[in-house]
Amino acid sequence: MTEPLSFELSRPAVDPPRLPDANVAGPSPADVLPRGALRAKPPGLPRLSEPEIMRHYSRMASLNYSISENFYPLGSCTMKYNPVVNEAAAALPGFAELHPYQDEETVQGALELMWRLEQALCAIVGVDRVTLQPAAGAHGEWTALRMIRAYQHSRGEARTEVLVPDSAHGTNPASAALSGFQVVEVKSGGDGRISLADLESKLSPRTSALMLTNPNTLGLFEREILDIAELVHSTGAMLYYDGANLNAFMGICRPGDMGFDAVHMNLHKTFTTPHGGGGPGAGPVGVKSELVPFLPAPTVERTNGRLTLDHKRPQSIGRVRSFYGNFGMLVRAYTYILAMGGDGLSQASRDAVLSANYLRKLLDGHLEMPHDGPCMHEFVASAHNLTVQDGVRALDVAKALLDREFYAPTVYFPLVVPEAIMVEPTETESKATLDAFAQAVREIVAQAKTDPQGLHQEPKRTPVGRLDEVAAARRINAYLQGQSEDPVLRWKAAAESPS
Amino acid sequence: MLETIGVSSMNDLLVDIPQTLRLESLQLPAGLSEFETMAQVTALANRNRVFADRLTFRGGGVYRRFIPAAVAAVTSKPEFYTAYTPYQAEASQGTLQAIFEFQTLIAELAGLDVANASLYDGATAVAEAAMMAYVHTGRNEVLVSGYVHPEYVQVLRAFGEGRGIKVRKGGEPNKKTAAVIFQQPDFLGLLVDPRALTAAAHEVGALAIAAVDPISLAILAPPGEYDADIAVGEGQQLGLPPSFGGPHVGFVACKRELVRKLPGRLVGTAHDAAGRRGFVLALAAREQHIRREKATSNICTNHSLCALAAAVYLTYMGPYGLRQVAEVSFTRAHVLAERLAALPGWELAFPERQFLNEFPIRVPKGSAVVRKLARKGILGGLDVNRWFRELKGVLTFTCTEVNDPRAIDELLQALAS
Repeated sequence: MTEPLSFELSRPAVDPPRLPDANVAGPSPADVLPRGALRAKPPGLPRLSEPEIMRHYSRMASLNYSISENFYPLGSCTMKYNPVVNEAAAALPGFAELHPYQDEETVQGALELMWRLEQALCAIVGVDRVTLQPAAGAHGEWTALRMIRAYQHSRGEARTEVLVPDSAHGTNPASAALSGFQVVEVKSGGDGRISLADLESKLSPRTSALMLTNPNTLGLFEREILDIAELVHSTGAMLYYDGANLNAFMGICRPGDMGFDAVHMNLHKTFTTPHGGGGPGAGPVGVKSELVPFLPAPTVERTNGRLTLDHKRPQSIGRVRSFYGNFGMLVRAYTYILAMGGDGLSQASRDAVLSANYLRKLLDGHLEMPHDGPCMHEFVASAHNLTVQDGVRALDVAKALLDREFYAPTVYFPLVVPEAIMVEPTETESKATLDAFAQAVREIVAQAKTDPQGLHQEPKRTPVGRLDEVAAARRINAYLQGQSEDPVLRWKAAAESPS
Repeated sequence: MLETIGVSSMNDLLVDIPQTLRLESLQLPAGLSEFETMAQVTALANRNRVFADRLTFRGGGVYRRFIPAAVAAVTSKPEFYTAYTPYQAEASQGTLQAIFEFQTLIAELAGLDVANASLYDGATAVAEAAMMAYVHTGRNEVLVSGYVHPEYVQVLRAFGEGRGIKVRKGGEPNKKTAAVIFQQPDFLGLLVDPRALTAAAHEVGALAIAAVDPISLAILAPPGEYDADIAVGEGQQLGLPPSFGGPHVGFVACKRELVRKLPGRLVGTAHDAAGRRGFVLALAAREQHIRREKATSNICTNHSLCALAAAVYLTYMGPYGLRQVAEVSFTRAHVLAERLAALPGWELAFPERQFLNEFPIRVPKGSAVVRKLARKGILGGLDVNRWFRELKGVLTFTCTEVNDPRAIDELLQALAS
């Protein structure tokens, strides 16, 4: 089942929607502006009636898997249920209709919410201040590294390297490079945890920071975290926490107490703001006191109950996003924290760890478990045996799960595990769902023995079958090299644009 | 579940965490019922003052516009808003197709070859475009020409510092210039001469980056027509509420030869074995999860749901609806400008310059005027002196299709009282 593009459904006979007229005598653009400034031809937007538009997008919606309908065991992504009360809160006119340049006296409630959210996040991760400005996790990583660099510059230190474990998220090295650092990789040891010996050999006076997530991307807690922190700090470098895995230990322990100096958080993972099919998210960054002067401006300050935006921060790294960040997502996350409370958040993390260990146990023996448990909130299995014995790859398992109405786990990440299948069930799934998922995986593994060919052809029940990305890439290359006029990356009218 | 796992208590699963790190509890209040939660959140919302859209004459990058009900009806579908980034294409065709339509709509508006799946906001879009120019030309200076949104320039500076890119304001481009960045209309609402700016950039081998208002492109010559290399902008006006500054949506479109330098996600068409057309994430080899430290950008995601809102908005409007919105705004803003400029002591700050639906005007005792208007429930002009020292006493007023003629009368009456 597929849906035509709006451009293909467009009909020139459709009248534009009824919109206000000017209702006042005044010039139109053509009266005033020089001809050269004007658009010669209307833009090629489609022309559809409202009923056609609603059907078009409703049919497209039905082509998606989503948390509202499907289990997303997507490792590292914390796809938990998005409480609908969050949406109701963000839609309140007192938030949704606020202009960012209103005078401070008229936005005290919004600033108070930001202040309280900052306090709550400080308490959860164990830091002194938090900036809410970054729009996403990667944006937060980059913001944190800029602060670390500014801090070290202010001390006359020219540190040029950032250490990143080989199991790290791809955004880590990319953020480090964009912050002006050289990236140095640190190896994992046989137990899947960072190798202290390798870390020690890579640390030098050039080291600015170590970027780490804990539990790591294998779902394993870095037991030697306190030694790691001491080692890093002894060289004068800083420790950065990638908050992708924060859902593992809210109320159980805190990155600030482990020795992390800067911590980013993903409100769209841990704090249930919806993923929206790929954003908007929010990636606040918490810091210890020595980094506070370098926070992006403005910060929210509270004196005698009055809230202000502090733009005068001479050592600030500047502004990383317009206005105050993705405020609507901040409202959702704050609503979630209020509803859950300290007790609820602690329970959520415990349940997430329980679910992951339970599911790991159900799958153990069917898929390889390259590292010993217990795991934290997620685990990494491997389809390597299936690949060697039956020619069935992690991707085949993923696609076969789609046919059983489960979204697929994260595959081929982390890179240190061959044919990795990374599973994060989260606390919001029931035991029945976990059992059903495990059953589906077991069936797929059994099918690998009897009918590997069939697995290569899945999914068959999704709106489209496996899409040929190699052929697509070839067509894009031909277009980019000027050998073809088919842009592939957009629709284009066959002859004339639809206007 | 513990029994299946083979442990006797939850604590057995947490053995890897050193005892010294273990917390008793979180220092946060206990949880609340939904009713109590909403009561608390609503109390905060009620401490904000909301100005009616028809009485909002303040813009500065965020505008009140008519938002068709269709937009929220689509974006509030849980199949869209609770879906993940479309890594598994077969299970994400709705999201992927919406992004593909968004890319096409933006490319059509901009008159350029290809647009990406969206960015965080207009400010980061400007910064990312500057990075594209830096990589493309190998030069490390970008020139900001004229009144570009001050917050965009601040973000550009912060991004640039990480990569050693210098941001120069004003002056002429030269052989070190990677790009000339201008805004059309500019932050004050005034029209610039994009042809001359683009030609000056190309003269020295620099790229021309146009930061554009998407609704203005219904009536103004698009960047592709004056040969700009990259168009970026803020899409808030395309169906998104102000929401105290976010989430909104940035966009970037470019010429064919720059496509490989585009940041973030791109969606393209592909086919399955049965020949059915579908949509996939394309050119992923540019991206951080493949290229790691060699990626063109660290962007992992985009603002998909906001891009969906923009796609619904633009599809609802169509070419002639969008033009109607732009023209009505134009006419009313010009009527407002004329009436304000007739007030004693008020004068247009740049009377020789053209504008669309936002304009700068010199106002005696501007801050007192704004306070007086606020008392009457009107959100008056934006004092731009806080960013530009030379613009003392200058407020920018904006007028769109939501500011009906009676609202304009009310504004004038409030000023006369």
